[in-house]
Amino acid sequence: MLPLSTTRRGLLASGAAFGAAALTAGAPAIIRPAQAQALAPTDSMRGGANNYRPGAPIVQRIGNGGFWMSGTVRRAGDGVPLPGVRIQIWAHTTEGYETDAQSHGATLSDANGVFRLEMPQIIPAFGQAHGHLAYDDTAFKTVFLRPVMQSSRDKSLEADFVLQPA
Amino acid sequence: MARMRAALIWAVVTGSIVVSFAAAATSPLLAWRGPVYVVAGFAGVLSLALVLLQPLLAAGYLSGLSIGRGRQVHRWFGAALVAAIIIHVAGLWLTSPPDVVDALLFDSPTPFSAWGVVAMWAAFAAALLAALRRPLRIRPRLFRLGHTVLVVLVVLGGVVHALLIDGTMESVSKLVLCALVVATTAVALFNLRAWTVLTRRKR
Repeated sequence: MLPLSTTRRGLLASGAAFGAAALTAGAPAIIRPAQAQALAPTDSMRGGANNYRPGAPIVQRIGNGGFWMSGTVRRAGDGVPLPGVRIQIWAHTTEGYETDAQSHGATLSDANGVFRLEMPQIIPAFGQAHGHLAYDDTAFKTVFLRPVMQSSRDKSLEADFVLQPA
Repeated sequence: MARMRAALIWAVVTGSIVVSFAAAATSPLLAWRGPVYVVAGFAGVLSLALVLLQPLLAAGYLSGLSIGRGRQVHRWFGAALVAAIIIHVAGLWLTSPPDVVDALLFDSPTPFSAWGVVAMWAAFAAALLAALRRPLRIRPRLFRLGHTVLVVLVVLGGVVHALLIDGTMESVSKLVLCALVVATTAVALFNLRAWTVLTRRKR
């Protein structure tokens, strides 16, 4: 029995998981590498670059924390996790506007391509509780994300990057 | 009976506006907003309140105001609505310029922005049409048709814009205010027979 979700994001995720499971289970070993090759790069989202500040410092935590932004970084095509990739994060939080320098910080993905940065609670601004993430270095093409929280009371937000070589 | 009805209209209208402002004034979001952003938000609430009052004034539903006096106040409130919208957009622009630029260019990730921008231009056009009515001797039929079409856009765009936003307005009072805006506009247009400009034969 698949876990049922009533949200659009949940339905899409479970649908995608079901499809992926059906594909890999049913596929002969020989075509699997071809399937893996198909991992498409993440496109930038509309408005993702708004109030971006290039060169935000790598920090242990943005402000006093209490909220977690996390995600993964993988390579387009083969899906290999990318360690040591710098991801910049900012949002309108309980401690400042998106335009404020102290609302911005960066972190590096770990050996499994996972990043996680604690930051102040994101609150609705400009009508939606949302965060911003950026990959903006030389090795891969630049990607700006703008994920929206399902509820403004959420204590975390996730966003994944699939990067293609520049 | 008529006095009861008049008192009820005043009570519902002032009540819904006062409650909307009071609820927005207690929003927890205000703690994390600077004065410019707060003023911008309240200018938006004021705009919605003015859009509720406009059809009531135009159709003479507020007792104590003669239809002529009501139309006079309708013109002032129309000018006030334009000012409130400008303050709303300017305050948001000062708070986060790229988000407002995206909205004005219809390139925003948030769907409510486009509705708000449509309502803004329709309100400006409706006010401009009213301002130019006498100097340009715009024919009554043309004015009526143009002003009606534009205010319908203001109401639809403004209400959808407000309802989709997660902001300082409290959701129940916002829903009630929006429902009243739609209902009063519909009743006023119906009673003023705004559509007859399309069906009436030219003499």
